[in-house]
Amino acid sequence: MPRKTPLYEKHLKLGAKIVPFAGFEMPLQYTSIIEEHLWVRKHAGMFDVSHMGEIVIKGADSLDFVSYITSNDPSKLEVMEVQYSALTTERGTIVDDLLVYRLEDRFVLVVNASNIEKDFTWIQNHKRGNVEISNISYEVGEIALQGPNAEETLQKLTDADLSKIKYYWAARIDILGKKALVSRTGYTGEDGFEIYTDSEHIQKIFEALLDFPLVKPAGLGARDSLRLEMGFCLYGNDIDESTNLIEAGLKWITKLEKPDFIGKTALLQIEASGPQRRRVGFIVKEPGYIPRHGYKIFDESGNQIGVVTSGNLSPCLNVPIGIGYVSKDFGKAGTIIFVEIRGKKVAAEVVKMPFYKEGSVKRA
Amino acid sequence: MLIPDDLKYTREHEWVKVLDKDIAVIGVTDFAQSELSDVVYVELPAVNKKVNKGEEVASVEAVKTVASVYSPVSGEVIEVNERLKDDPSLINKDPYGDGWICKIKISNPQELDDFLSAEQYKKLIAEE
Repeated sequence: MPRKTPLYEKHLKLGAKIVPFAGFEMPLQYTSIIEEHLWVRKHAGMFDVSHMGEIVIKGADSLDFVSYITSNDPSKLEVMEVQYSALTTERGTIVDDLLVYRLEDRFVLVVNASNIEKDFTWIQNHKRGNVEISNISYEVGEIALQGPNAEETLQKLTDADLSKIKYYWAARIDILGKKALVSRTGYTGEDGFEIYTDSEHIQKIFEALLDFPLVKPAGLGARDSLRLEMGFCLYGNDIDESTNLIEAGLKWITKLEKPDFIGKTALLQIEASGPQRRRVGFIVKEPGYIPRHGYKIFDESGNQIGVVTSGNLSPCLNVPIGIGYVSKDFGKAGTIIFVEIRGKKVAAEVVKMPFYKEGSVKRA
Repeated sequence: MLIPDDLKYTREHEWVKVLDKDIAVIGVTDFAQSELSDVVYVELPAVNKKVNKGEEVASVEAVKTVASVYSPVSGEVIEVNERLKDDPSLINKDPYGDGWICKIKISNPQELDDFLSAEQYKKLIAEE
């Protein structure tokens, strides 16, 4: 039986189209994926992301342990700071990508819904030192409120000054009179927050946010097209246990100078010799040809040089965009590649990501 | 889910309306458009193209997926819905009306006996 999030009944009431996703019954869309996408870019969209997993690491050695299992460096984190990171295999490939929250006395790893059980087992199997590992995924509700109007709307539900929460920082604040963990993070390229609390509280927050005319619910469809416009990876599509961090373009979260972590030796070698392929973004030159996961990529002479891992029509740019892996010689921006779409090899140009550059996200 | 009684249906989720005995207007059903999500492009056949029953006559690119539209009849394409070029979302908004795809002059009228009625089509999608 697929799981339901605490907000499931609310999605039904709003007329959402529900689809199974990573073991959960999730809203794909409420009205139209493109409308919801554009609304998030212009105003604010609210996503039920309660399906995401939360794994808690406590104990005297928790910092060393998190540093050992992840590729980024959690020792750089202050209390209440957040970091994008990855769980890595010995081969330097990706068990999962995740957010690491450093809280007062613990670390919370926010992981992909599809990987909750795998990650929990993986982390337990690599346990080192004095740590206590628990999986609280099914007790936590989560909403992502994303868009240029996110702050002003959420501000109406709290006395805390949200402008004090900086990009990739978190705070425990009262929302509607009850404590929640709120971080200025997201998966859309827009300014916004992710809110974690219990099932009952998350329902109240959802209801309250829905009352603001600038906030509309947005489903998984828009979540996917928004992240794609930013060039963000989707686990299971763009990255997995067969892709290493370097070729995936995630060197920025790979701290090879750290003393020791799983996959470090392999990643040092890959870094030294250079990856054989690269994850790139590309724009298809012919309208109407949408690249999709699994489509083949060719060079001018018809040799296969790679494969598409994500693709869609960009609702903001109105051109077909995609992410894929290509042989190392084809990774430069400006390179012309050919994607086989509906039996035709269609020209596409490798471009720098993000595709969409106008997002309201406040990096400072 | 809209399933008008006066249309005929295929197992591949197309609808057919027969005009003047030998012209078939075809499109995709409400169920199909809902499964596809937002339609962003429709590749239409060339007018005068000859098609066999079951052959791909158009393809529909949507946000979630791409789908082939198979010709429910054999014959010749005599008209395509040009409005879909500017507004492919007509397939989402009005799949049985403004979202029609093309008209085919039927060459083998016996094929018309193979379609599903609205009642039968309703059963089919209930099973999916």
